[in-house]
Amino acid sequence: MHPTRKRRLLLVLLLLGAAALATGLFVLALQHNISYLFTPSQVRAGQADGYRVFRLGGMVKAGSIRRSADALRVEFTVIDQSGATEVAYSGILPDLFRDNQAVIATGSLHGAEFVATEVLAKHDETYMPQELKDAMAQAHAARTAANGAAAATAPARP
Amino acid sequence: MIPELAQLALILALLLALAQGVLPLFGAWRGDRALMAVARPAAYAQALFAWLAFALLALALLRLDFSVRYVAANANLAQPWYYRLAAVWGAHEGSLLLWIAILNLWTVLLARRSRHLPEAFAARVLGVLGLIAVGFLAFVLFTSNPFARLSPMPLDGNELNPVLQDPGMVFHPPVLYTGYVGFSVAFAFAVAALLGGEQESGQERAWVRWARPWTNIAWGFLSAGIVAGSWWAYAELGWGGWWFWDPVENASFMPWLVGAALIHTQAVTEKRGALGAWTLLLSILAFSLSLLGTFLVRSGVLTSVHAFAADPRRGLYILGFLIVAVGGALLLYALRAPRLPAGKPFATLSRETAILVGNLMLTVAAAMVLLGTLFPLLGDALKLGKVSVGPPYFGLLFPLLMLPVVLLLPFGPYLRWGRTEAGALRAVAVRAGLAALACALLATALTDGAARAVAGVAAAAWIGVGTALYAYNRLRAAPRGRRFPAEMAGMLLAHAGVAVFVAGVLLSQNLSIERDVRLAPGQSARIGEYAFRFDGVRLVDGPNWKAEQGTLTVSRDGAVVAVLHPQKRLYSSERIQTEAAIDAGALRDLYVALGEPLDDQHIEHAWTLRLYYKPFIRWIWCGGLLMMLGGFVSAGAKRLRAPQPVAHGAGLAVAAAGAP
Repeated sequence: MHPTRKRRLLLVLLLLGAAALATGLFVLALQHNISYLFTPSQVRAGQADGYRVFRLGGMVKAGSIRRSADALRVEFTVIDQSGATEVAYSGILPDLFRDNQAVIATGSLHGAEFVATEVLAKHDETYMPQELKDAMAQAHAARTAANGAAAATAPARP
Repeated sequence: MIPELAQLALILALLLALAQGVLPLFGAWRGDRALMAVARPAAYAQALFAWLAFALLALALLRLDFSVRYVAANANLAQPWYYRLAAVWGAHEGSLLLWIAILNLWTVLLARRSRHLPEAFAARVLGVLGLIAVGFLAFVLFTSNPFARLSPMPLDGNELNPVLQDPGMVFHPPVLYTGYVGFSVAFAFAVAALLGGEQESGQERAWVRWARPWTNIAWGFLSAGIVAGSWWAYAELGWGGWWFWDPVENASFMPWLVGAALIHTQAVTEKRGALGAWTLLLSILAFSLSLLGTFLVRSGVLTSVHAFAADPRRGLYILGFLIVAVGGALLLYALRAPRLPAGKPFATLSRETAILVGNLMLTVAAAMVLLGTLFPLLGDALKLGKVSVGPPYFGLLFPLLMLPVVLLLPFGPYLRWGRTEAGALRAVAVRAGLAALACALLATALTDGAARAVAGVAAAAWIGVGTALYAYNRLRAAPRGRRFPAEMAGMLLAHAGVAVFVAGVLLSQNLSIERDVRLAPGQSARIGEYAFRFDGVRLVDGPNWKAEQGTLTVSRDGAVVAVLHPQKRLYSSERIQTEAAIDAGALRDLYVALGEPLDDQHIEHAWTLRLYYKPFIRWIWCGGLLMMLGGFVSAGAKRLRAPQPVAHGAGLAVAAAGAP
């Protein structure tokens, strides 16, 4: 083969290899670092069962915030229209964290309790994150639709 | 009356932008000089009216004209004047007006400094900028009017979001936008070159030389804007972090990455004629990513700390504009670019190859960030559920992609155009490698082998020593006055900036200590060698806030190092904002944020506190500022400002002088 052609072929093969490697890495990294958002009623319906780490979104139930007397541990309840999940968190909560505030907590389920590693409240108290609004509306709609059906049937994953 | 005047000014600006966009382009196509001559006066007049509107919004905010909805939403009586002024760009409508004002600034500068360009080419460039202005002015007028009235007029306004009431927020948006919008100039140059077929008339390299200083300056401003934003997030958000891979941070970072690739490939195209098509594509992509960034921030489609409340009409408009602008430019590129002549050939071991590899990594990194940023949208569209991509995705892939860039950097100045002998590089590799090894061993001993810290020190030494060696040789060998031409000085500064940045990132990441503690007055907590004693909380007043202010005395070996006053502010709008207290230093920051009182009724009792020890964190921003300086210095090169295209031989002579 002509030396220039050979070099070009080599270059193209190298590029293809690099692209394949990069794509593989991208996909792998994405798979490991995607986290889903569920609301308490979706958690109760078992939709979050397959996920080790996920995000829990909803409102802080009024009067549910309990601080431990001698440590940084805080417990509170996150609710949506028809579900409630107990959350435990150890650390300092964001400024806007309070009763009836929309929050998103990242963590995992330990039995019935959600142990959070991070809690976010939005900057603007009148604004609810769009994805949380959608998720809560979906959970509500799914529940209304499933009312007639058997209670055990979990709604399909959105 | 004033808001109506401003509204009128905006409408006039839109009409003038239309004239500036359509007539010169038509004139350049038909060879009509009278129509081409419309470009400059139209640009000046448009700028006048756009700036008038901008000034009137500022005036309305300063005078607190609450009959204007935007003023009532973002300012109140208690707010000091400088934050009223910052409110001009503190929310959606005003920040778009800022975008337009800055676009006009670039356009006017270009109109004044483009007299040496061929008439038709200058007309096309200004025409393209006019069309971009049309898009944004129409967007403001039809979907986000900052001058809309409010009736009945409230007695006092709402307040600028307290998070934004920070000195960093006064500077961050204008500087960032100057960079963002600056890429529109490179974009306009590229589109004008594609439209006019300059690349076929033997002038394929001329447009790149004209575009280079503009691109460098825009990139410099973008670097400064990102640094300012990162510093603001660090000081204001109270989490001690400086980068969160938030969609909006990514939105400014993607054009930065592509811009960094672009300023390198422009050099190749200008000096060697090679990679011309790639330069055109990057010029288009850099600005497209700026537009995409605006879309992401303004439409509210992504959940982000920056997202303003969403209005679907706005998102749709920007999406449409994005499709027309980017799609049009790419279509033009697809039709015209294949006809580009190839430049001078280059060997495998040459400056061109190194730049090409660096370019590839930077653009792939930008694509990686883009994928991670848009994936939640994609997941939503494909009904995968509500997903988000965590920082570890970026944190894992970005360093991997940047590794080849770091390895290549010290060789940058030593590589010659066309072909380099391996011998010249071996000496650098050996010296920089030994320096990196020595520093790594030292770092291992000092940090007990913290892996990332050691890697950071080694990488910084590798780049830093290689770059410094070149500067030293140059200082000794070259005659006085010709030692550091602007372009080379810029390159050396920016590369040194990367070294400082890498050291800062990895050292602070690996060696930071963070503790959440609860302390009663008089109690202490230790972090490393530092003891933080909590001396209680008292109430203080500011212009438009009341705060609970803590006092912490930090000592080391019994000697007091700093007294810190973190605050928890309650603004007049009832919003709470934590103000961290920072004792800054070249080698370490001490950082304290107030959490909450354990008992709301007794703030004089115990509080939760966040304590941080952040070594080398300032190096991150210093590195960014060095890169900015590099961009500005290279833009000052006299050669790039020369009115006549440099003759063939002269260009080569400069290129040869640039290599040892």
